[in-house]
Amino acid sequence: MILLYSLIALGTLAVIFGLVLGYSSIRFKVESDPIVEQIDSVLPQTQCGQCGYPGCKPYAQAVADGDEINKCPPGGEATIQKIADLTGREVKPLDGGDNIKKVAYIREDECIGCTKCIQACPVDAIVGASKVMHTVIIDECTGCDLCVEPCPVDCIDMLPVKGKPETWKWQLQNIEIKQIS
Amino acid sequence: MESLLEKIKAGVLWDFPGGVHPPQRKKLSNQTEISLLPLAEHYWVPVKQHIGAVNHILVASGDKVKKGQALTAFNDKMSVPVHAPTSGTIGKIEPHVSAHPSGIPALSIQIIADGLDEWCEISPKIHFRTLPKSDVIGFIQAAGVAGLGGAAFPTHVKQTPNQPCEILLINGVECEPYITSDDRVMREHADEVIHGIEVLAYILEPKLVVIAIEDNKPEAINAMEAACAGKANFVVRVLPTKYPAGGEKQIIQVITNMEVPKGKISADIGVVSQNVGTVYAIYKAIYLGEPLIDRVVTVTGENIETAGNYRLPIGTPIAHVLNHVKHDNQHNERVIMGGPMMGFTVLNKQVPVTKITNCLLIPTQQELPDAPPEQACIRCGECADACPASLLPQQLYWHSKAKEHDKAQAYNLFDCIECGACAFVCPSDIPLVQYYRQTKAEIREANEEKIKAEKAKERFETRNARLERDKQERLDKHKRSAELRKQSLNTDQSAQDKIAAAMARAKAKKAQKNSTNDITKTDQNAEPNTLENTTLENSAVEKNAVESNISQSNSPIKNKAQEAIARAKAKREAKLNNNASTEEQNTTAPPSHKVESDLDHSPNEPVEADPIKSKAQAAIARAKAKREAKLKNADATATNSQKASASDSASQKEAEPKPENQRAATLTHDSTIDSNNDEIASTVSPIKLKAQAAIARAKAKKAAKLAEESKPAAHSSAESDKTTLEPKTAADQTDEQVDEHLQTSTTNEPTEISEAMYQTELEIDPIKSKAQAAIARAKAKRQQKMAEQASVTQPENAKAEANIQFDAEAKSRAKAAIERAKARRDQANQLAHGGETGSSSITNTTTASSLDSESGNSEDENANQVKAAKVKAALAKAKAKRQKS
Repeated sequence: MILLYSLIALGTLAVIFGLVLGYSSIRFKVESDPIVEQIDSVLPQTQCGQCGYPGCKPYAQAVADGDEINKCPPGGEATIQKIADLTGREVKPLDGGDNIKKVAYIREDECIGCTKCIQACPVDAIVGASKVMHTVIIDECTGCDLCVEPCPVDCIDMLPVKGKPETWKWQLQNIEIKQIS
Repeated sequence: MESLLEKIKAGVLWDFPGGVHPPQRKKLSNQTEISLLPLAEHYWVPVKQHIGAVNHILVASGDKVKKGQALTAFNDKMSVPVHAPTSGTIGKIEPHVSAHPSGIPALSIQIIADGLDEWCEISPKIHFRTLPKSDVIGFIQAAGVAGLGGAAFPTHVKQTPNQPCEILLINGVECEPYITSDDRVMREHADEVIHGIEVLAYILEPKLVVIAIEDNKPEAINAMEAACAGKANFVVRVLPTKYPAGGEKQIIQVITNMEVPKGKISADIGVVSQNVGTVYAIYKAIYLGEPLIDRVVTVTGENIETAGNYRLPIGTPIAHVLNHVKHDNQHNERVIMGGPMMGFTVLNKQVPVTKITNCLLIPTQQELPDAPPEQACIRCGECADACPASLLPQQLYWHSKAKEHDKAQAYNLFDCIECGACAFVCPSDIPLVQYYRQTKAEIREANEEKIKAEKAKERFETRNARLERDKQERLDKHKRSAELRKQSLNTDQSAQDKIAAAMARAKAKKAQKNSTNDITKTDQNAEPNTLENTTLENSAVEKNAVESNISQSNSPIKNKAQEAIARAKAKREAKLNNNASTEEQNTTAPPSHKVESDLDHSPNEPVEADPIKSKAQAAIARAKAKREAKLKNADATATNSQKASASDSASQKEAEPKPENQRAATLTHDSTIDSNNDEIASTVSPIKLKAQAAIARAKAKKAAKLAEESKPAAHSSAESDKTTLEPKTAADQTDEQVDEHLQTSTTNEPTEISEAMYQTELEIDPIKSKAQAAIARAKAKRQQKMAEQASVTQPENAKAEANIQFDAEAKSRAKAAIERAKARRDQANQLAHGGETGSSSITNTTTASSLDSESGNSEDENANQVKAAKVKAALAKAKAKRQKS
């Protein structure tokens, strides 16, 4: 008899919990993996594809699915650190590439106005029209260098971003500069 | 607030936490009056000397400027202009080493002084009280007045606070050691400072004006008190000396016991503070009309014998100052801009004096020794006691060093005023402020990056959305138009009628075409007898053909188009008969279209007989050719190629002089061809090269199409004389025949034409290299195609040609084109020879089979040629690219 009661009691509990879990799985359904959004938000959004994925979001998805976290050269060490914090994985040294900030520069007198670079730019940072010179909006350029390859006359250079006094970092251990004149 | 004002008036003072007491060393420089230095040879005025936006430069290199003339515009609310410090000429406008610890070059305007120091027109506004406040603020902005105390915050912005101003605080504290510029200004220009305060008071209408001075400047206090005498609401407050009492937040705390909330400015709590130097500049701007072009700078340090205060024009290079003050000229002397606590060592003595340069400190090594090596933090907490902002410097240091930016921010890193009190008291000689500055810069950069990343993401997503939308719109458009078509078809009866009519027309045309073809065939049928039996001379045959044709087509009362069709066909047939076996392998196929079109329209001239209307005639002829093409070719590709030929004739027409056609009409057809092509070659001017290039491309395209067609009709061209011998070909073969005609006429290209092309190439202007390249490429392509369809080629010849071509490739592209043309001509000549020999055997019907076998032999040689042509094309392209870059 006791056996029967306990079976009934446990069975009832199981049904109740099953219903609760079933309901909550529908009610509180998470559409996408939130970790993907979080990883995407720490990526530099250059959309450069240097990680081997067509954009930052796909790479975020890949990291969430278990890909290496050190494949983002534009983000550099800081991004690796952030992804490591998010995913609870080991920090790894950057996989190839340097993360010197660069922007595209079009040698304008050589530009033939083919618009190929405009089509390649993932962030619409190149202005110009067919048969007229193009130029790069430096503030919008993410330095992904996707425009370099399509240029038929090789007139696009990737130049390091010039330092500004506003973004200058005080050097602590620099070699002291002596006046010699 | 009232009680607070009462308290302040009553002389109550508060205190701020922390603070240090470094040695004052003010006696070095405050003993002498403010003096002037001789004019420098040149000045470097940085375009941006204040917080805010960068301005447009109003002057250009080489302009003459007068002292006080504005050099930049100030269209932004947050910006102030800079002015010429002296009269002279504008030299360079370029980045020059900046008055910043980094020394990163900043855009500066060089002024080469002319020594006259001539003022521009200035207009004092002594009666400013009669003017609206906004105008007075505008004058202050136009005068370029910015906070001379430290940050160069545009002064006029402070004059328009959101909150009503309770207290106007005049900061004469000057707490940093060594610096005495404000001290000297107050001593020597107390009345002027009071006038400046009155201007501010007129704008701000404060309830109380407090002039705060540290108690280590008794002379200044006396002077200011004397100047304030009798002025209601003007209070001189004497503060105990403590560094950094001169900081805005600290002085407000001392005077009013209020703290400026985090992230807000003093104006938000009803206090506007101005530096004494700024007030003096406002006085000069309003009372004298002088813009801010100079400032009082303390030049001090034990290295300077004549330490004191100097009125230095903005933009004076430090080197000039050092040259004119007596000092021990040590080679490695340090020049500190600003005081010993907050200043920085300048990188270069060409650094100019700016609006915020209050002091140039040139200390001896003993006086201000290099910082001893940094040691480990011992967590003594001295720095926390010294911090005037009540921060925990040791924690900030800890997190800064570990690059834990978020934690450093949690400890309110951005509330640090970088006064250096913590580093001053640090027993381990840690340069704490440098750590904070570095961390602040990193955090700022990270934030900037983050904003940039967000912007990039947004742009990326917007772009993707746009691309998607465009695609959708295109699809929709196609769908809509398709639907519309369908609808109009269903509903519109007239449209249906039209279609029916069109169909009927098409049918009629077809019937007509069949009959025409029949006529042509009978014509041909009749002719070949003469052909075969009498002679093989081209001209004669063609003449016969045309004549018979004309007589044929004249009899029915059909339209002229039919005439033309018949003529053209007959001619082609005739030509076919003569040349098919010999010249079909000729590589210069495309020019034949010129001939073709000539044939199309030139015989028209005698018929239509109006020499004046030759242009219109030509147009008609072209139209006819087109129609003919349509009639003949049911399939679209053939039509296209015919169109191309029509356009060829059009462009050719432009190149040809008018009499050309008439002459052509009188000549025999052979000579017509010759002369036409010679004419083309000789008259084509370099200007027409583009058109030529287009022609070449069109031809290449056509050749490609023909090549495709030629596959099924591989030996049909060779069989063409067979066709003429057995004229009663089945009616359903007509189309094929037409193709053949096209084919053979394309391949049957007389030698003269290649020569003509060669001439044309010689004429090609080197400037038109682009057009040339296009032509060359098109030719290469064409050749490649022709090689495939050629049926007779001598192996040695082909090889030699290839060699020549490769040699040519080693030379310049233009030359290569010429070489190729030559080679082609040679080849064509040889082929013509072959043709002659071939023509002797043309009378017997076995020619077709012999041709077939010959074509089989030459197949692999053709492949070689194709390869050569391909390589050549690639090389030409590569060269073009290299030359361009």
